[in-house]
Amino acid sequence: MFDIDIWQEIFSTIRKNKLRTFLTGFSVAWGIFMLMVLLGSGNGLQNGVREQFSDNAENIMWMWTGETSIPFKGYKEGREIRFNNEDYDYLLDKAEGVDQVSARFFLRGDITYSYGKEYGSFTTSTCYPALADMEKIKISSGRFLNDLDMMEFRKVVVIGDDIRKALFKEEDPLGKYINIGNVPFMVIGVSHDPRSQDNRQSYMPFTTAQRIYGGGNRVHTFAITTEMVQTAEEATAISDNIRQQMAMRHSFDPTDQKAMGSFNMLTEYIRTMKIFQAIKMFVWIIGIGTLIAGIVGVSNIMLILVKERTREIGIRKALGASPASVIGLILLESILITTIAGYIGLVMGVGLMEGFNYALEQMISSGGGDQIFFRNPTVDFGTAISATLILILSGALAGYIPARKAASVKPIEALHDE
Amino acid sequence: MIVLDSIHKSYVTGTNSLHVLKGIDLEIGAGEFVSVMGSSGSGKSTLLNILGILDDYDSGSYVLNGKKIKGLNETKAAMLRNEMIGFVFQSFNLISFKNARENVALPLYYQKVSRRKRNVIAMEYLDRMGLKDWADHLPSELSGGQKQRVAIARALISNPKVILADEPTGALDTVTSFEVMDILKEVNDQGITVIIVTHEHDIASMTRKIIRLRDGIIAEVIVNGDLQLYRDRVLAE
Ligand SMILES: Nc1ncnc2c1ncn2[C@@H]1O[C@H](COP(=O)(O)OP(=O)(O)OP(=O)(O)O)[C@@H](O)[C@H]1O
Ligand SMILES: [Mg+2]
Repeated sequence: MFDIDIWQEIFSTIRKNKLRTFLTGFSVAWGIFMLMVLLGSGNGLQNGVREQFSDNAENIMWMWTGETSIPFKGYKEGREIRFNNEDYDYLLDKAEGVDQVSARFFLRGDITYSYGKEYGSFTTSTCYPALADMEKIKISSGRFLNDLDMMEFRKVVVIGDDIRKALFKEEDPLGKYINIGNVPFMVIGVSHDPRSQDNRQSYMPFTTAQRIYGGGNRVHTFAITTEMVQTAEEATAISDNIRQQMAMRHSFDPTDQKAMGSFNMLTEYIRTMKIFQAIKMFVWIIGIGTLIAGIVGVSNIMLILVKERTREIGIRKALGASPASVIGLILLESILITTIAGYIGLVMGVGLMEGFNYALEQMISSGGGDQIFFRNPTVDFGTAISATLILILSGALAGYIPARKAASVKPIEALHDE
Repeated sequence: MIVLDSIHKSYVTGTNSLHVLKGIDLEIGAGEFVSVMGSSGSGKSTLLNILGILDDYDSGSYVLNGKKIKGLNETKAAMLRNEMIGFVFQSFNLISFKNARENVALPLYYQKVSRRKRNVIAMEYLDRMGLKDWADHLPSELSGGQKQRVAIARALISNPKVILADEPTGALDTVTSFEVMDILKEVNDQGITVIIVTHEHDIASMTRKIIRLRDGIIAEVIVNGDLQLYRDRVLAE
């Protein structure tokens, strides 16, 4: 069945029927082209969504306080609510569904950083070591804060890359002391965020900052990571429970959004991913639908071709063609047309998405990509390979019924003179 | 070569059954040149299809070259046709998108002869038909006579024992008809059995035996020298 002759036979048939071959192939090429474009767009959307969440852990939650807006248990509205160190212990040890906790104490006013003759004004983020995971802080040299820094109230600091550049130029900052508001801190690490917003920021042990800058047991905000639950409802339940507990601890109405605010990323993340999953499912349904339409189209055209070729097949059979050779002829022709046409569609679809990706990357690297909700809209190699296999299979599928029909052609009927 | 013994054949369409061949006994030896005649619907083509293993029969027996032909599967039948029989049809039945050479070479493709070799052989046969210069032409570019000569070349290329021709001159004018008959005669001279179906007496008279069918049975068989007699009688009718 796979000798050279049958291919020569098929090629000569195809060569002499260029138009119908083109028409057959076009529907398949178009189908696969659309499938690749859709899959690529789906991937681009997925990557774009992921990118939006990639600055922080997707299960991060922030909490902050304000003044009450609803009277509660004899208290008038307008009372200031303040988190404290006991809340930290509560969240870490007792609160349900909480994984890691970091607290923050805001330093008041602009604080000057200086080293030798160099100085500048930068943001200080006071935190626990857990913040590294929560905000995905990348350390380019040295280390991040650890538990010992916390317990011993060490005067150590991790500085952003822009601070390092401003104060140290080419000098190695590790182990050097810088003054932060006239207090000397030893630099233990340098952080580097490729997205550049956090590079003018330093990380200081929360405990040290609270003690040095006179914070008592005051906590301004908490950042926590919640358990990785699967549904938005579960995620919301965790933050609702924390709100209830905090309302009890600080005597405010649990529905009072001004007294305590929070943002639960996981709820948003799960919701977004759900929308995205629906989109992806939609893409697959469309893609498979397009493919089925292609298969049916090819099958139909092959069926018409077989009908058109009834006499030819009858002649071939009279001259000694076995049913198997007739099946092989039709089946291989169908597979050949689908595979080649599909491959052209595949290459064009993948090529288009790669070109699109190239243009996107140009835009992003020139700084214009912040608003684009779309990243790397390409189809991976594995998908392309399976698409090719699906193509060959669909070629066989498309050719099967017509081939069976061709094999059952009776020469006497085919050759019957009108 | 061919031995038929009380062959019966009916066509069943829906609830109707048409009894076409009602017991054909016939013997045709190797190297004979036979024509089958008879009125329209008398079963000539049916008989020829059975002889050509294109159709099966209901009862009786058909032995071709010592081999009993009955209930063969399609693959076997195709192989036997390819080896034993060459077909020539009234409407030529050339494949329209293949040129003359490719049409002639096709039976050899099914014998798994290499492409180069079968093209060389096809050219030889075309040359014998005087169509060497037409090898690259499509059937649509050929005259009726040329088409039929291509068809004969195709029938001959597999070296068959029998040539079966159903009204080979039916679509041709008188002059071309005679040319085609001359070729068939030459073929027969080389020892190949030739059986043709025809309506025309002058065509039939060029063969050496005429089998007359009437209502599904053989009404008469006229041999050789009797032909002249037969012709006179038919003309008198
Ligand atoms: N495939 C078929 N199915 C049903 N009936 C058929 C079939 N083929 C032929 N017949 C019928 O069988 C009878 C004999 O047909 P056949 O073709 O053998 O006649 P013929 O002698 O060749 O006639 P003609 O000279 O017109 O070609 C006719 O009545 C025809 O209608
Ligand atoms: Mg007939």
